[in-house]
Amino acid sequence: MSTQSASRTPLAVLISRPWIWSWAAAALAFAATLGLTSGRGAGELAYAALSFGAFAAIVGMGQMLVITLGPGNIDLSVPATMTLAATLALRTMGTEPGTALYGLVIALAVGFCVGIANFALIFLLRLPPIIATLAASLIYQSIAIWSNRGLRIKPPEGLAEFATGRFLGVPNVAWVALVLAILVWVLLERLTWGRWLLATGQNQRAARLAGVPVEAVRAVTYVSVAIFAALAGYLLASFSGGAALNMGTEYLLMSIAVVVIGGCSVAGGDSNVPGVWGAALFMFLVVSMLNSYGTGAGVRNVLTGTIIICIVIAASTRRARQ
Amino acid sequence: MSEHESVPIVTLTDAAKHFGPVRALDGVSLSVRPGDCLGLVGHNGAGKSTLVYLVNGGFAPSAGEISFSGADDAAGAGVRSVFQELSLCPNLTVAENLRISNRALTGAGWRRNARAIITESLDEIFPGHGIDPDTEVDMLPIAERQMVEIAIGFAPRGTEARLVILDEPTSSLDAGIAEQLLTHIKSYCAAGGAVIFISHMLGEVFQVASRIIVLKDGRIVAERATEDFTRQGLVEAMGHVAAEGSAGTDLAERQTGEIVIRTEQGLTARKGEIVGLSGLAGHGQAEALAKLYLSQSSNWRAGHEPKSVFVAGDRPRDGILPLWSILNNMSISFLRQIESWGFVDRAAERAKAEEWKKRIGIRTEDITNPVLSLSGGNQQKVLFARALASTAPVVIMDDPMRGVDVGTKQDVYAMIRDEAAHGRTFMWYSTETEEVCQCDRVFVFRNGEISAELVPPNITEERILEASFHMQEAS
Repeated sequence: MSTQSASRTPLAVLISRPWIWSWAAAALAFAATLGLTSGRGAGELAYAALSFGAFAAIVGMGQMLVITLGPGNIDLSVPATMTLAATLALRTMGTEPGTALYGLVIALAVGFCVGIANFALIFLLRLPPIIATLAASLIYQSIAIWSNRGLRIKPPEGLAEFATGRFLGVPNVAWVALVLAILVWVLLERLTWGRWLLATGQNQRAARLAGVPVEAVRAVTYVSVAIFAALAGYLLASFSGGAALNMGTEYLLMSIAVVVIGGCSVAGGDSNVPGVWGAALFMFLVVSMLNSYGTGAGVRNVLTGTIIICIVIAASTRRARQ
Repeated sequence: MSEHESVPIVTLTDAAKHFGPVRALDGVSLSVRPGDCLGLVGHNGAGKSTLVYLVNGGFAPSAGEISFSGADDAAGAGVRSVFQELSLCPNLTVAENLRISNRALTGAGWRRNARAIITESLDEIFPGHGIDPDTEVDMLPIAERQMVEIAIGFAPRGTEARLVILDEPTSSLDAGIAEQLLTHIKSYCAAGGAVIFISHMLGEVFQVASRIIVLKDGRIVAERATEDFTRQGLVEAMGHVAAEGSAGTDLAERQTGEIVIRTEQGLTARKGEIVGLSGLAGHGQAEALAKLYLSQSSNWRAGHEPKSVFVAGDRPRDGILPLWSILNNMSISFLRQIESWGFVDRAAERAKAEEWKKRIGIRTEDITNPVLSLSGGNQQKVLFARALASTAPVVIMDDPMRGVDVGTKQDVYAMIRDEAAHGRTFMWYSTETEEVCQCDRVFVFRNGEISAELVPPNITEERILEASFHMQEAS
């Protein structure tokens, strides 16, 4: 690996960044969609991509932290956590004005408890994370069903306005996701804690023997992903006018896909915050591209899956060549 | 014993085995005849295992010849081996395990035949063993697994066993069972079978072997009839006698402080002391050190002042963080000491790493290069720098000199002495006796326990060897 020579051009530096690929793919999908309308509706498309991409980015960043912990670490309870947090928060607020902050606290508290429960299953019962979080998600989903009994409660008006509103032309939810992305980036790149997380993901035993408190790192990470999912659920429910029991479903694959497409290492130890954002935009844009080309739902799913597979293959062969 | 005159079962002529530049076996000539019971002894890395793998056909020799009488290969000549690392399949029953090495067991009712054969073999070697051939192996205690393994080694498996190689067969057996095995070996050899017996229990070797071969550095340094060896002579043949008080003298006179480490197992260390751990490889030294380190640090919190740091010898498993740069690999253990409000002070991190790069001489232009761009020896230096750059008063080293060249070793020795003089304590496991001889105090391990604690002037290669091997009298 002689990639450290000082004589590299800015372009070469840019291409060597793993996040560039998801942004390039997003830009391509964007251009392909606009090609059909010969440029009309660019602003609307970008706005929609930022709105919907924000939810994927938030859950994706949480999933990224967990996947960074190393092989076998994953949180499959993301959809159920979103649903449960949204349901309980909206029920507590009960469409009363001025309760938005109260609801937020409830949602984050649900996320915290879910994270603790997930990690307790993994740590105390030594269950593989994939089993523990999947099994636990059935419980979370059941609690959500039991607590709202199929009723769709509307969010308070102010909160709904915030979730669907914009600031400086950018959706508010995208601002939230952007602030979170900066926080996560600082955590990973500048804090001792981030170093610990990355070290644990590369080799847990070596990290432990180097003095890293690995179980604390794992616990905080599993709590973080649940809190991120809870926040995404809270915002999504406010955005779409109420919590639905299936609202989290598409975010299971989404949260994992954006991590992989974003250029993070599935084997752990390597995170990539800008890449996750790019991938979140791409995931929305590719669907809207196929929509505007008039493909049916079945074909759309097949094509989406194929495109994801191609990008992952491209990204991984590029890494292997390095 | 007329069989001694008969055709050898296996003959090695100048056989050598090289792994790259490493000469694991460097020209060995040897023949084993029916009725022979050959004792094979030697220190770690002397080449015993390599010799076993040549004889049983596991390796082809790099040079020289190996021939079997009456067959082309080891299996056809009836050569069997029984290993210390258990090679049974844990999810199969005792009888089913016999089938794995016995291809002749076919057709309906093979299980019944297998049961009969293994039971007969067990009855013969270990009368009153009480092992049910239908038990799954992972339900058996370790001693019984070893018994099954031995019984499979001696059992007829299509061909008759003519030469059985036993590698540390008694290490997990208690004295009574071991005695049954030794008795069986004697009667087996008297009936014309041959055995190669490898053991660190010298008493047992003297008890069963008709001839003893001493291996050292890949060569046979002594081969005599058992009667011609004394225990002392055997130990001396295995190791070269260290130059009297070579490096140890000035260390011995150094003042050391209060006791800073005391484990349940009996390890103790004083402030400023270099404590060595020795003994044969795999006798619990690494486990003892890992346990000590884990007990001094936490899974849940890391303080600003760690009690101890760890230098790994098994770099890929215990040390290197492969995706990272040299810089990040080096700094992971001292981040807490240079952080402010949880933020890494990147200037201080860089400065400290550059300083240690110079002090320890890591050959790289730029410490932001990937750690895997370094050679093994330089990666090891990164791990040393990681430990020494932290402020921890205790440094635990698990055989850290593997793959390190001589020049670097001398540098590191000097650095360790210097750090010890400034009050740091070192716990140092090494498979190289010369290194251990430089320590202020040495614990010798055998079977996971401390078998001797040596202090100068008793830290000599002979004393260490003596304590590594079991010196019980033959009964």
